[in-house]
Amino acid sequence: MKRHLLLFLCMISISVFSQELIDSTNVALIDTAITEMQHSGIVLNVCDTPNDDGTSITIKWDINDSLKGYLMDIHRIHGECDTAIALDMNPEKGIHTDNMVHGGTNYMYYALFKKDDIVKKTDNSLPVKAIGQWFNKERFDSFIVLLLIAGAFAWFIYLAKKGKSFYIRKIAGLDAVEEAVGRSTEMGKPIMYLLGIGYVTDIPTIAGLTILGRVAKKAAEYDTRIMVPSYDPVVMTTAQEVVKEAFTEAGRPDAYRKEDTMYITQDQFGYAAGVDGMMMREKPGAIFLQGLFFAESLILAETGYSIGAIQIAGTTETAQLPFFVAACDYTLIGEEMMAASVYLEREPLMLGSIVAEDLIKIIIVFVLIIGFILGLLGHGFKIGFFTDMFEWLVRII
Amino acid sequence: MFLKKQLPLLVAMFMGTMMIIQFFIPHPFSKNVYSTILDWLMIVTAFTLLIAVQSTVQMHITKIRRKVTDWQSSVIVLTALGITVFVGILGGAYAPTNILMKIFPNVQPGSDTPLMYLYIYFQTPMQATIFSLLAFYMASAAFRAFRARSFDATMLLITASIVTIGRVPIGQFFYANMPEVVEWILNYPSMAAQRGILIGVNLGMIATSLKIILGIERGYLGGGK
Repeated sequence: MKRHLLLFLCMISISVFSQELIDSTNVALIDTAITEMQHSGIVLNVCDTPNDDGTSITIKWDINDSLKGYLMDIHRIHGECDTAIALDMNPEKGIHTDNMVHGGTNYMYYALFKKDDIVKKTDNSLPVKAIGQWFNKERFDSFIVLLLIAGAFAWFIYLAKKGKSFYIRKIAGLDAVEEAVGRSTEMGKPIMYLLGIGYVTDIPTIAGLTILGRVAKKAAEYDTRIMVPSYDPVVMTTAQEVVKEAFTEAGRPDAYRKEDTMYITQDQFGYAAGVDGMMMREKPGAIFLQGLFFAESLILAETGYSIGAIQIAGTTETAQLPFFVAACDYTLIGEEMMAASVYLEREPLMLGSIVAEDLIKIIIVFVLIIGFILGLLGHGFKIGFFTDMFEWLVRII
Repeated sequence: MFLKKQLPLLVAMFMGTMMIIQFFIPHPFSKNVYSTILDWLMIVTAFTLLIAVQSTVQMHITKIRRKVTDWQSSVIVLTALGITVFVGILGGAYAPTNILMKIFPNVQPGSDTPLMYLYIYFQTPMQATIFSLLAFYMASAAFRAFRARSFDATMLLITASIVTIGRVPIGQFFYANMPEVVEWILNYPSMAAQRGILIGVNLGMIATSLKIILGIERGYLGGGK
């Protein structure tokens, strides 16, 4: 009986001791892991992502050599909820952005580093919440440039209002508008005006609509039909309004034909085919191609050339300009198209904006020349001071 | 007058200024405003398609009534429009409708729709046909542009000839470094000219935008002043 009692006591003590041993071993293991982590200096730096709408938190860490070859998991803790937000990452990345958070809620993060059976854990980070910002500091340079440009415009418009006169050089393509309309009138043929395949939200399309107003007014004065086949229904509606107003301004509202500003299709080559067909049937005496054009530009311009129409083109697409130069009589290159409304109207206020544009262009050219010289001296001749200056210039630009 | 001139100008000024401010504010409020405006844009665009259909139908019916030259083409356009609408509504756009599957039992949920069939086997080949015409137009335009009538045209002819020869395998046969020469022409002189134009274009765009916001540019509303 005594022996049994001793054996029983011995088993209990072994059981209790072994349990303590297991617990202490576990604690020792975790302690060892945490101690190793702390020694390694792995700390998760967690912060609200700057310049965002308050829906992300950025987690950063510095990796050390002892964790090479490990894979990393990142966990997010919110109340009782522990969610793995990244699994089996390469820890050398050093940064992870959690884009699945709600603004204004506190979150904590920890990371696990895994290799074979070894798992090392970091401490939980301090609580952090994502907050939406009211100013994007990354766009501060754009803001300054915007202020400078707006300031230059305001200054020259103010000077124009004060009565200062500005000069604008001759633009052959715009001087030819009257010639083209007159030629069509003499030949008894209509005018065709193409606004390209842009939408009304595209600035070249808006510039094209402005020129359309002037061309339509001339056409109304000469009593010539003007056709505007359109690619986009919104552009078509706007063009109808522009042509109608121009005819009214010319004192010929009765001559306005709504059906001459028509919708063709929103398919790029379908539009080209439709307009080509109209050109072949109607044989317009003058064709204006003013707006946003892409691969269909040459298809349209060559068909216009083949019917012997006088063609005045204008686009901001540099890839299409050579085609227009080759196939059209006059081409408005890039900014000339934007300046067309000013050129045709000759309103002093508008001329002020062109001068401001030129001033900014001079500043840009000046910065380019400085950059070229600094680059040459810094990177070409390897002079340290100029290299630093060049890098600084690139950074601020 | 207020509704036709001042109100659109005020709307343009308000919306233009608001969109500039929105660009610098990442706050959720600003993002919500932006996405709401995009939604409005999509809704307005959807409705304008009705105007497009109305314009197309009206124009072609008028042509058929008046029996203008090639009025038969207008019949084809209206027939194609009608068939496409019918097939699209009956058969669905991306997945076959239940009605179609009932009428044609062999049509499965994963099958192509008749509308897709029209797109793949009618519209795409027609687009490719028009696009392929570009090669011929390019040849005729190049022939005219490359006639060496002046110094500029001669320069253009020489440069274009080098680039054309360098872009085909025979160029390397004539001169081993021909592709590098072509790359240099495209990356330096050509790129410099293009960037010069682009700087002007972008400044012109900013200027036009500011003029619209300030109400100086009113041509897009119709008329001049």
